Amino acid sequence: MKGRRVVAPRLKGLVQGLLGGEGGKGDRIVPPTGFTAQLTLFSAGAMAFLAVFALALALATGRLAERWSSELAGSVTVRISAPAAQLDARVQSVLTILQTTPGAGQARRLPQDEVAALLEPWFGPDMPVDALPVPALIDLPVSGRDFDPEGLALRLEAEAPGAVLDDHSAWRRPLVSAAQRLRVLGVVSLLLIGAASAAMITLAAKAALAANGQVIRVLRLIGARDITIATAFVRRFTRRAAVGASVGTLAGMAAVAMLPNTSAAGGFLTGLGFQGWGWLLPLLIPVVAAGVGFVATRWAALKMLEAVR
Amino acid sequence: MIEMRDVGFGYHGEADLLSGMTLTLQPGMFHFLTGPSGSGKTTLLRLCYADLLPRSGQMTAFGQDMQALDRDGIALLRRRVGVVHQDPQFLDHLPLAENVALPMTVAGEPVDMDALRDLLGWVQLSQHARALPPSLSGGERQRAALARAVILSPDLVLADEPTGNLDWEMSMRLMQLLIELNKSGKTVLVATHDLNLIRAAKAQVSARVLRISGGKLHLAGADL
Repeated sequence: MKGRRVVAPRLKGLVQGLLGGEGGKGDRIVPPTGFTAQLTLFSAGAMAFLAVFALALALATGRLAERWSSELAGSVTVRISAPAAQLDARVQSVLTILQTTPGAGQARRLPQDEVAALLEPWFGPDMPVDALPVPALIDLPVSGRDFDPEGLALRLEAEAPGAVLDDHSAWRRPLVSAAQRLRVLGVVSLLLIGAASAAMITLAAKAALAANGQVIRVLRLIGARDITIATAFVRRFTRRAAVGASVGTLAGMAAVAMLPNTSAAGGFLTGLGFQGWGWLLPLLIPVVAAGVGFVATRWAALKMLEAVR
Repeated sequence: MIEMRDVGFGYHGEADLLSGMTLTLQPGMFHFLTGPSGSGKTTLLRLCYADLLPRSGQMTAFGQDMQALDRDGIALLRRRVGVVHQDPQFLDHLPLAENVALPMTVAGEPVDMDALRDLLGWVQLSQHARALPPSLSGGERQRAALARAVILSPDLVLADEPTGNLDWEMSMRLMQLLIELNKSGKTVLVATHDLNLIRAAKAQVSARVLRISGGKLHLAGADL
């Protein structure tokens, strides 16, 4: 109940800060200050622009980690090495084993051209893969909890010499871990951007308050309450933070939208962006910036007013 | 109204500038406070509008313990005490009329434009209503400060050397306004070291003259 009494006026102040008309009587008690106004607008805009990219990074890496995790966990590969004359027979025996493996789907031997495509990034397009002792590869989709990779590996070792089960865990874990760390990095960047914005707005507000020391003394002398004086500053800085962040957010969203799409180039960077409803998330940045401006300016103003009797 | 009981005050660890001050400002009375420069006239006035707190003794304003007032309490007290300084300060970006109406603005009260026009007319500043404060002369600034001090119809008007920067004619004009205020029922306390001004004013109004010397407050003699 007490918290509600405290929060409700602050929310009201925040909304007034955003929607109140510039130049109202309350605002006019503070003289226009060009430098701090431009500083706040610029820093809020720049930070919002960066925040859009940090948000896009956090979302993209989240999607990437999920995709890698689910795609790679959905299948295993059996690699069969054998003399060329025995290769087909070994493959057939492995396929027979896989057909009776619980949790295993329809196994499929990768045709020669798919194997060549897999090797192309390492050997180049003109390498005669046919001439190499390339092992046969079987792609096995797996599903459910019935699939036991360790049991299958032991069975292959016993019944199909030369067949090795690769459940992709060796290179899946570092990839997923890297993607998750990138996501954490994105979230940390967002927090740092928020903290830096708060610091800059606080500095700008303090500069404005210090420059208006005489105004504040006059206002106190004629009976102005601290909250009346602080509100005049808070409204200005809240509005500037919101306006600057809105411009920065729109610019950031436009820049993200102009990045090459996945189908055009592929790769990680092209996945940096927003999808579907995700495009609405950056629109929260100006609201958060206004909140940061409101809290930072209010704190700075009330703190500074304590020094003026 | 304002009562001091054995009040002492000194700045930042220095010896008491004022000590054993006992004073009651009588409602509706005109008071002069005089004494040499540095005797503590301004300090006493600042104590009266809670710009300073006494080091010892007890002070009440309108029945409230001044030492117990919080910051909002001080703001509300100042709406009942109009103050005119020797060098009054304004918000230089606002026209004179808005400066005069400022106490109403910050108090959240609607400004009665007719009353504001009347007030500006009373201090003979109607033609300067839209002027910015830096363009006003010393006398005009003093009269504007007086208008600002009384717009909320305070119970008490304090003036600290209000004629310090004015010539004799302008000083008398301002004093006339303070006397009119007192005759309308306001309590007035004017700090000045100008004895001629006190004598001239006393010819028109019954005034109590207090003198500070040696950190003590005395009732001035019949020569004043």
